[in-house]
Amino acid sequence: MAAPRSFVWSRRIFLTLLAAFVALPVFVMVSSSLKPLQDVTGEFRWIPSGLTIRPYFDIWETVPLADYFVNSLIVAGAATVCSVVIAVFAAYAVSRYSFRGKRVFTVTVLSTQMFPGILFLLPLFLIYVNIGNATGIALFGSRGGLILTYLTFSLPFSIWMLIGYFESVPRDLDEAATVDGCGPLGALFRVVVPAAIPGIVAVAVYAFMTAWGEVLFASVMTNETTRTLAVGLQGYSTQNDVYWNQIMAASLVVSIPVVAGFLLLQRYLVTGLTAGAVK
Amino acid sequence: MTTTISTPAGQAGVRGKAPGTARGPRRPGRLRRIGLPYLLLLPALALELLVHLVPIVIGFVMSFKELTQFYLRDWTAAPWTAFDNFSVAVDFDAPVGRGLLHSFWITCLFTVLSVGLCWLLGTTAAVYMQETFAGRGLLRALFLVPYALPVYAAVITWAFMFQRDNGLINHVLTDQLGLTDGRPFWLIGDNSFIALLTVSVWKGWPFAFLIVMAGLQNIPKELYEAAALDGAGVWQQIRRITLPSLAPVNQVLVLVLFLWTFNDFNTPFVLFGKAAPEAADLISVHIYQSSFATWNFGTGAAMSVLLLGFLLLVTGVYLFFTSRGRKVSHV
Repeated sequence: MAAPRSFVWSRRIFLTLLAAFVALPVFVMVSSSLKPLQDVTGEFRWIPSGLTIRPYFDIWETVPLADYFVNSLIVAGAATVCSVVIAVFAAYAVSRYSFRGKRVFTVTVLSTQMFPGILFLLPLFLIYVNIGNATGIALFGSRGGLILTYLTFSLPFSIWMLIGYFESVPRDLDEAATVDGCGPLGALFRVVVPAAIPGIVAVAVYAFMTAWGEVLFASVMTNETTRTLAVGLQGYSTQNDVYWNQIMAASLVVSIPVVAGFLLLQRYLVTGLTAGAVK
Repeated sequence: MTTTISTPAGQAGVRGKAPGTARGPRRPGRLRRIGLPYLLLLPALALELLVHLVPIVIGFVMSFKELTQFYLRDWTAAPWTAFDNFSVAVDFDAPVGRGLLHSFWITCLFTVLSVGLCWLLGTTAAVYMQETFAGRGLLRALFLVPYALPVYAAVITWAFMFQRDNGLINHVLTDQLGLTDGRPFWLIGDNSFIALLTVSVWKGWPFAFLIVMAGLQNIPKELYEAAALDGAGVWQQIRRITLPSLAPVNQVLVLVLFLWTFNDFNTPFVLFGKAAPEAADLISVHIYQSSFATWNFGTGAAMSVLLLGFLLLVTGVYLFFTSRGRKVSHV
């Protein structure tokens, strides 16, 4: 059925405006990262006085961006691997078995996701400081401590999303595997996990993205050597100058890995995010 | 950005199975049959305990203690103060309580506006993009970019755009369009609320868009065909079929957007820095600021407990009414 003109026109206008709204910061990020410093410290210019790729070299000198990059990679990567591996077992148990306390477990996991990060921040901060004082184990400021705090959000949503994916793998498949002599773990690793690989990858990407963008814990729980990108990017503003072109270049550089991953895997991600919502 | 749609609908799936009728794979051995699920859950349980339960319990205990900087090194030594922290937090005549109340109302207003706008933009875009047209795939990818960008990278770009002297916003509004008198400040003063709202909507609406798009795919095509046969136009179909069919999706979406927006720390923190302007003093940043600026963790913990109580209450009431509504709609 052909849409009426009124529909087509209102669609054109709305989507154009919305696209402009969405694209504007992206345009600013890209164009400002290619401008010389005087162009970003003076009045805004749509057309730069000259194009330069200097900021992309300077960002590594002004602050130790490479170190922050490595820290972010380690922290986000470890949090992702931990939560996905642990969630695979938990989600398998929930989706394939009935056992006492299952409902309590799922509801608890669900409800922890609504808790604000600030609720965990203060106690975890205190726990880390006190453990450090009592035993000399430096959790506070360490990457390990930060990874643990990231599990507060990455573990529950990994479990929830994986339950959704595992439910969508037909039971007949792993029942057949058991009949053929696989143990439960054999069925999990030979049948369920391979069948749910796209889902598992999507959960991993989502967990990684969330950890990569986390600010609250990173700004309290890190020190100079363990600082992540979320905190490190503030280093481009000094007392005298704000290197906006470098900030924009660095923002772009730190965004590319996750945006690329997201756009590549968005089909699977969307399925996972919405599996529960639209069932 | 801890957003996961984990839903009453998902729970219903678990609940829907009568206990005992669920058939897992056939497993030999009674002990293994009973023990295995728990064994599989063990790592998750241990970590949940470590990162959720223990901190929450300690948070509760903290809120009853006079936990100033002198006791940070050994918090258990801090004196017990019963409900003092809570009475300070809710004494709305004194500065601390007044600050908390102010930030609570600001957060409520901000949340209502942001969730409303995110929902409106997301739903409109999803409905318009239901049919294929040239450039649809590209547009869809563009719309997901704000969702995929790391918060700090995106928000810092907005902070640059909102700069008074060298930002794009003032350049367009003042220099090019002449809409404003002088160059307004956006990141301090009353305008900061508008700035924060803009960034929050920009960042949040793609999520609504994603969820509604998925919801639209589940509406049976026959409904539209039948409506078209009856002579309903596009607009009527949207009003009579699309929007009502989205109700269950919207119930979950609004709840998630509410929790996400109400608890948002990253956006204001990156946009304004450690101390947010009064007009945009969201509650997460407020609690953070009042804990770490004064090192008064006891009051901060009491505020967190009050916040949690409020969120539980709102979520409980919301779920009660929406699930009741759903039952009625199925009759």
